Order: sequence, then C-alpha cells, then structure tokens
Amino acid sequence: MIEYATRPVTPHTLVVLMQDHPGVLNRVSSLFRQRGFNIESLTVSNTDTPGISRMTLVVDGNTTNVEQVQKQLYKLIEVTKVTEVTHEPHVSRELALIKVSTTGNKRPEILQLIEVYKGVVVDVGADSVTAEITGPRDLIDAILGVMRPFGIKEFVRTGIIAMARGSAN
Amino acid sequence: MKLNGARILCESLMREGVDTIFGYPGGVVIPLYDVFPEYPSLRHILVRHEQAAGHAAEGYARATGKVGVCLATSGPGATNLVTAIADAHMDSTPIVAITGQVPTTGIGRDFFQEIDTTGITLPITKHNYLVRNVADLARTIKEAFYIASTGRPGPVLVDIPKDVIVSETLFKYPDTIDLPGYKPTTVGNMRQVRQAISVIKEAKRPLILAGHGVIVSRAYDELKQFAEQAQIPVMVTLHGIGSYPCSNPLYFGMIGMHGHAHTNLAIQEADLIIGVGMRFDDRVTGKLSTFAPKAKVIHIDIDPAEISKNIKCTVPIVGDIKTVLTSLNNELPRFEHREWMDQIEAWRADRREPHVTIDDSAPIPSTMPIKEIYKRTREPAIIVADVGQHQMWAAQEFPYDNPATFISSGGLGTMGFCLPAAMGAKVARPEATVWAVAGDGGFQMTMQELATLVESRINVKIAIINNGGLGMVRQWQDLFYDKNYVAVKMYQPDFVKLCSAYDIPAKNIERPRDVGAAVDWALATPGPVLINFEVQREENVFPMIPPGLGLGDMVEGSQPKTLQLT
Repeated sequence: MIEYATRPVTPHTLVVLMQDHPGVLNRVSSLFRQRGFNIESLTVSNTDTPGISRMTLVVDGNTTNVEQVQKQLYKLIEVTKVTEVTHEPHVSRELALIKVSTTGNKRPEILQLIEVYKGVVVDVGADSVTAEITGPRDLIDAILGVMRPFGIKEFVRTGIIAMARGSAN
Repeated sequence: MKLNGARILCESLMREGVDTIFGYPGGVVIPLYDVFPEYPSLRHILVRHEQAAGHAAEGYARATGKVGVCLATSGPGATNLVTAIADAHMDSTPIVAITGQVPTTGIGRDFFQEIDTTGITLPITKHNYLVRNVADLARTIKEAFYIASTGRPGPVLVDIPKDVIVSETLFKYPDTIDLPGYKPTTVGNMRQVRQAISVIKEAKRPLILAGHGVIVSRAYDELKQFAEQAQIPVMVTLHGIGSYPCSNPLYFGMIGMHGHAHTNLAIQEADLIIGVGMRFDDRVTGKLSTFAPKAKVIHIDIDPAEISKNIKCTVPIVGDIKTVLTSLNNELPRFEHREWMDQIEAWRADRREPHVTIDDSAPIPSTMPIKEIYKRTREPAIIVADVGQHQMWAAQEFPYDNPATFISSGGLGTMGFCLPAAMGAKVARPEATVWAVAGDGGFQMTMQELATLVESRINVKIAIINNGGLGMVRQWQDLFYDKNYVAVKMYQPDFVKLCSAYDIPAKNIERPRDVGAAVDWALATPGPVLINFEVQREENVFPMIPPGLGLGDMVEGSQPKTLQLT
C-alpha cells in the first residue's frame, strides 16, 4: 500500500449535466466569476447522449457556499442536472503527465518510483523521463511531491472527473 | 408559407400577445422596421434613447404583468439597453429585449457597430440567445417569452444578426416548449407547508414581510386571506408596496433602510418572520447578524437560490406565492395576536406626525407635493417614482389599496428610470392616471423622453420634487461625511421653458398654498404636463438605518446624531 498525504476535506465535487449549446461553458464560468465562487478544477466533455455535456467541478467548501453554487447552476436554463458526489460513494480520477529530469544517474531510481505509483513511462529523452499517472488527486499530489527533488521539467494535470458508484445490490 | 426573419419575428410577437414595442431603429434592424407597416397591431413607440425603450418595457411589464418588449440596433443601440436590462434583472421584471446584430459572417471581425451583445448581457439576463439561423427564430421567440414570464420573471435578450432578419424559411410557430433544464417549482412541498403551520402555531409575535413576488404572482387575495386568518401584521418591502391594501387594519407599512420606524422595531422583537416573495436584501435587513435576532424564519419564494442566501431560514417553501398561500390557507387555523398587534400599533401611534400648520412663507416641505398627489389622484392610478429621497417619501406616504400601483427601480436603483417607465405604464394601462414623480437629478437623466410623450400622445403627469440637486447623496454627505457637500448642487434648466419647447404645459410651484391647486390643474389638463415643485433644500429622509448598521441602530429624528460609516 502506498501512503500519501491526504488533503483536508474541503473540496466538494459536483457533476453537472447540461445542454451542449454554444456559450454554455461561458455561462458557468461567468456565474462563478460574478458570484466569487472559487473553482479548484473543472473538466468538461460530451457524453454518450448527443447534445448533453458533462462537467465535473471541484469547489473549495471553505471559501464557497456549495449549496448556493448548486442552486445558481440550476438557474442556468441549459443546466439539466447538478449532483454533489462528495458525500456519496464515488470514483474520482485525474490524469497527469510529469516530465522529470534524469541528470546525475537518477534514471533507475525515477523509473522505479514511477512503477511504484503505477505510472506508465510515455517518453524517454536524453536527460528526462515522462510518465503518465492516473488516479485520485491525492495520488497525483503524492507523486508530484516524490519527484520534486529530482527536478520537474514540466507538469500537467487534467482536473478531476468523477462518477457515483453503482448501488451494491 | 416562407417568410423572412423580420416577418417571422413580427408574426411570433403577435402570437405572444404583444401589442407594443418600444424601440429605436438603426443599421442592421432597418430590414426589420421595413416590415412594421405590414403589422399595424404591433404599435411601435419611437423613443429618444434606447435606455428609455428598456425602462418603458419595464414600466409596461410592471403595470400589467405582461412581458414588455424593447428593440434596438446592434452596437451602441444594444449597449444603451444594458442599464434597463440590468434593472429588469435586479427587479425580476419580465421583458424581452430584441437587438440587431451584424451579419453572422461578420461576427468576430469587429464589423461596424458590432459588439458582443450576448456576452455583455450574459450576467444581467435570465437567459439570452444569439440566433444564428432563421430556422431557429420562431422557437427562440417562443422560449424567450416563456422564460421571461414564468418562474421568477426576468429579462431575456434575443440577438438577431442582419442576415437572419432577411433570410427566409417556412414559418411555423411551435406549440410546445422543450426546455429540459427549466422547470420552475410552483407547488409548495406539503410537508414544508405543514411544518410552517406548526411554526406559526407556536409564534406569539409573528410578522409577514410581503415582497414583489406577491404582485408578480397576483396573490393579493391569498395574502389577505392568509394574514386575516392568522391575524398576522403585514409589512411590505419597497416592491411589496401595493401587495396589501393600505387601509386594512393588518397593514403596517414599509420595512427597511427608510421603512417606518414601528416596522423595524417590530422586526427586532418578532419571534417569527414570514418572508413572502421577497429576498431579504441588504436594504431590508441592514446588518445581517443583528437582523430579527429573536425570530424563526419561514421563507416562501419561487427561486430556490433565494432560500438561505442571506439569512438562515427555519422553514423554506419553494413555489409560486399564490399556490403556496392557497395550500397554507386551506390548512391554517384561526389565530389571534391581539397583544402583539396592540404593541406595534402603540409604536406606530407614538410616531404619528403631529398636525403642523404649514408656514406659507417657508419653502414647500418635500413630502407635501407627494401627499397632495396621493390625496387628489383617484384610482386607478399608478405612481412611478425615480430613485432618491423623493422615492423614499413616495414609498412612505403610499396610501392605495390596489396592486401594481407603485412602480420604481429598487434593486439597481436606476436614476432616470421614472419618466420612461411611466411612459410604458401609461401605454399599458391607458385608463389609469400615471404620475412620474422624479427628483431634479434623475429627471435630467432621461428628460429627452418628453419628445416621446408628445409624439406618441402619452398622457403622463410629471412632478419634479426639486431640491436643487442630489438630495440623497447630500443626505449621506450630511450624515456620514461631515457635511462635505461635493458634486450635489446642480445647475438646473428652467423646466417650464424646457417644456414649452416641447409644447408641454408646465408650472413652477414655490409656495405651499399653491401645491394642491397645481396637482388639480395637472389632473384636469389633457395630455402630459409637468409641475416643478421647488421644495426645501436640505431635508433628510427619516427614519434611516445607517449603511452597514442594523435595524436596532435606526435613526428616527430629524435631528441626526453624528454618525460614523462602518
């Protein structure tokens, strides 16, 4: 088992379904800006239903009234469903690409760590290794921390996507 | 039959029951104006500035509950509408604003008179549309009217590019609406309704705070029945004025920053506040942490986002006011709150103005023209107030029993609202006597509309409560800025001469003894008239809750303490 630091439980994860109209993302971001809601992460893509987009939003419950966020989102005509999954059993995943410096014969050690974190090496350069990591955001935070001493040349993460778990029976 | 976008728009407006459009032509909407002569049942009223078209549409909507329509060209036409759209947004007023846009092929290329209208109006509309294809136009108009007028009403903007206005398609007006994300809750949850009743049952000192929602929902009869059945005193917000008959013994006047003193005292002592179609805005609550410290709160509103937005609510009921009050009334036992009512009545009686003889050698007291207007104007009447001291006096003195008789800009506090909104109200309800009561500052912001009154024969009676400048700003400078009067004294045109340039009969009134006769003269004179009442220069509006302070910090007297802004 990997031990990694857990974050304080202030992030709230909302899943938003909306009609895929031009400008709808603008409506959501404009709402957040106007009301001073803080977005930690936002991902959006289309779904298997034509015309419907799905957004996963993470907001900071310390600085933002999550109930107001949901109610204000519902006021947008194109938003059809808002679900908070924070307190439900749910799966949340994030994908990250991390390019680590391998100078000073650190490559074997780095490759080993990537394996420990169930990462996949996607590129090897003369003085760097790039790994792809998928997992909950804590895992991404953890590998970022572990790799930092080697020197991170580039780092990108997608933001969280989330889904409630299916019922047990 | 194939029709072009211009005709489709007109056909669609007619199907929505539109009879009046307040508008101003320009570049891209000329092809739209080109077809107006074919649709004589759509009365186009040509304003002198697009902002006025927007406020006129608001006045029309507020006077009738119907959707008001305004129209402007792209670019500056659209940006001039922005203030009125924002005003409608803050005051939940149903309007549909139609703007022209540059051709779709030009959008994004900084065409002449191009502006991102839907981008600009996104945060100040309930919804907005850019119609990129003429085939979507009829459906869009149908949706726009539906969204504007249902749920919590508000402004909807439809931006139509020039090529969409001129291109043709088969016209069929849709019968149904398909908006999966828009389903306003109208029926209150019965469990919440019963819970509310059990909370009311326990209350010894309950209050009803009635707001604009009562008027929007046309729930006056239901509110009256509710109040009478439960014997609960009724107080109103600025926009709730007219939601309850003023002559009813349960009516106790207006709450808030300049509300009647006894209402604010009552709120602080109440053990239950029932907010009906209102939103606990800061001008009502003052400092939130000290508002109604002893009270539980039942909050009835159609907009779920208003529940617990500002103050924590004990029992929320989301739904249409009329429907919710009906279900409450069906289950509500009769109650008595004699002692509580007597207490509020005593607070009110303590503060009743002593009868003073008016000194005719002194200038006119500021409230006198307003009182005389109320006294001498028979219903049906609509008072449209602008923004500032006169607005608060007009609200405090309001005496009528019928709804939708007091119209003003509340949420946005838009100076210049009054004259164009009065214009819209008069067009909507020609049988009513419509007064535009303005300050000398606000009047000068939209006084170009005098031309519209004459041209379109709109009979609005105008009263300027003229104290030589910006009275409310001066009051704040007086009370909170050491009387450091900056930018409040104003040069004034000769309003009577100004009116003579428009052929509008007008009078200057400077003596108290002439006030009543001047009001009678205005009422007896056909067509628009203006009276410029020269009133006392430095009167303040009281009571007042100083900004940032609580209801308990109310300043009542005309001898203000030295106050510090927090």
